[in-house]
Amino acid sequence: MSLNEVLQPMSLPAWLVALPLLAAGLSVVMPRCSVWTAFFSAITTPFLVVCLGREIFFHGSIEIHVGGWQTPLGISLYADGLSTAMLGVTALVFGIVTFYARPYFSGHAVARHFWPLWLFLWSALNALFLSADIFNLYVTLELLGLSAVALVALSQTGDALTAAMRYLLVSLTGSLMYLMGVAFLYAANGTLSLKMLAIVGPASPSVVTAFALMAAGLIMKSALFPMHFWLPPAHANAPAPVSAVLSALVVKASFYILVRLWVMLFEPSIPAIVAQLLGILGMAAIIWGSVQALLAERLKLLVAYSTVAQIGYLFLVFPLSLLPQVGKTAWQGGLYFLFSHACAKSAVFLAAGTVIHTFGHDRINELHGIVRRLPVSMFAFGLAGVSLIGLPPSGGFIAKWLYLNASLSGGQWWWGVLIILGGLMSTAYIFRFFSRAFSHSEEIVGERPAPRGMEWTAFTLALCSLILGLIPGSVIKMLEIGNPF
Amino acid sequence: MTVPNMYALVGVGLLCMGLYGLVMHSHLVRKILALNVSGSGVFLFLVALADQTPGPTPDPVPHAMVLTGIVVAVSATALALALACRIQQVNGTLRLSDNEPE
Repeated sequence: MSLNEVLQPMSLPAWLVALPLLAAGLSVVMPRCSVWTAFFSAITTPFLVVCLGREIFFHGSIEIHVGGWQTPLGISLYADGLSTAMLGVTALVFGIVTFYARPYFSGHAVARHFWPLWLFLWSALNALFLSADIFNLYVTLELLGLSAVALVALSQTGDALTAAMRYLLVSLTGSLMYLMGVAFLYAANGTLSLKMLAIVGPASPSVVTAFALMAAGLIMKSALFPMHFWLPPAHANAPAPVSAVLSALVVKASFYILVRLWVMLFEPSIPAIVAQLLGILGMAAIIWGSVQALLAERLKLLVAYSTVAQIGYLFLVFPLSLLPQVGKTAWQGGLYFLFSHACAKSAVFLAAGTVIHTFGHDRINELHGIVRRLPVSMFAFGLAGVSLIGLPPSGGFIAKWLYLNASLSGGQWWWGVLIILGGLMSTAYIFRFFSRAFSHSEEIVGERPAPRGMEWTAFTLALCSLILGLIPGSVIKMLEIGNPF
Repeated sequence: MTVPNMYALVGVGLLCMGLYGLVMHSHLVRKILALNVSGSGVFLFLVALADQTPGPTPDPVPHAMVLTGIVVAVSATALALALACRIQQVNGTLRLSDNEPE
């Protein structure tokens, strides 16, 4: 088989799932080579995503039937602009964090278990974004949940184990409710394919029941207020590279499924009041998450509560997209939010991990003057903070700008007020940490120096969240391919 | 009421019972069992769906879903039990304490 055959466009989606999966298998069998298989995957997978992006950019979205088996019994993979953009941000974050994880875990016994789970998680995410039917989405959700829980439990402290258990119970309950929704949709329409479901007729009671079950399950998994209780302990107690991808990508995966289902299936048959309700929960998440972040004593807990708040912004997309004539702007804003938050939040978690690595703790009140020891990490934290707050020229700014546009021209200005208020609150919690980090202090006790690789990978991700603010045109053009909205 | 309809109703009932058990019990093994009861409820509902199609042969798609679902449920239960064992060893209890870390 020549390289040309391997890389023919129709097999690219299959390789995106298979490559990290093969690497994961290899690193189970040969733990000594696991770092190198992970590096191999971290370089080749982004390359494959670029090839796929080029392909769909010129020839439109593609669908393949794996192994030649047609639906309903075969598995199909589907890539349009939205899924390719999600694959792209996954490849970017995973690719960079992999290089952070090597110095972070060097010399630790848990590294042996980390690499295979890491690659399994990557493969599950890729499969999820490429799934073309609702049952396949269930399977990939479960794969994602199981590998994420195992990664949270990795440090094996009492707190981490309890957090992982709570996460597992929530995750399994959410998946079961989602699966029950799948059963109701299948009972009503006799098909599992997203594309076929999109063209079936008017609303029926079973479609509404299916929506209620699926939305409840996916909200639990995306940690929208008030189902966010499991997130802060799980994300704060996980090792830093794991927290980074959990906040950046894993909670977004269930949000992605909800968006897909909403746009393709449910929007016509569900009353608009439900979208308003999702927006109100998002509003509560922004306020509650920001207040908790302001009160947090530990840096990682602060960052985790910031994630709770930022997830609230994502759910504002549902009421905003229903406004007349600005629907598309709202979707672009929501997804821009997702991408820039993915880069910024992973950078912040990596910088927080470097702080713990260097000083042995992350108690905010005892971190005076650390900027002199960790200048690059604190610079990364600051750049990512610019995007989290939503200042120009960052990805977060573009997202908030699109949201504000949608809310003002759609006539629902109160969402705009909330977005500005949320930005002010994130400024407050980021500067609460900075006022300590940049304060003058005579003695700084650091147990060990931070490896340069850990500092610069965080910086690269933070830089990506800024660069997203400079290229909105091309990202939005990418999202339009295949007309996902 | 037809027999498949009854199975479907029992399935929904089991799902609700399991969710109730999951929320109400604090012992981890009981929680894990409750999740398995819920899972069986969903699977029963899916099997009952297979009878919807006209003709004597049942629809194979729900069966394929249940088989996959069982595989997922077994691995999830294994992970949950392994975690519960570690929690017992490290924390000395099989309950999740309610006080969040600081």
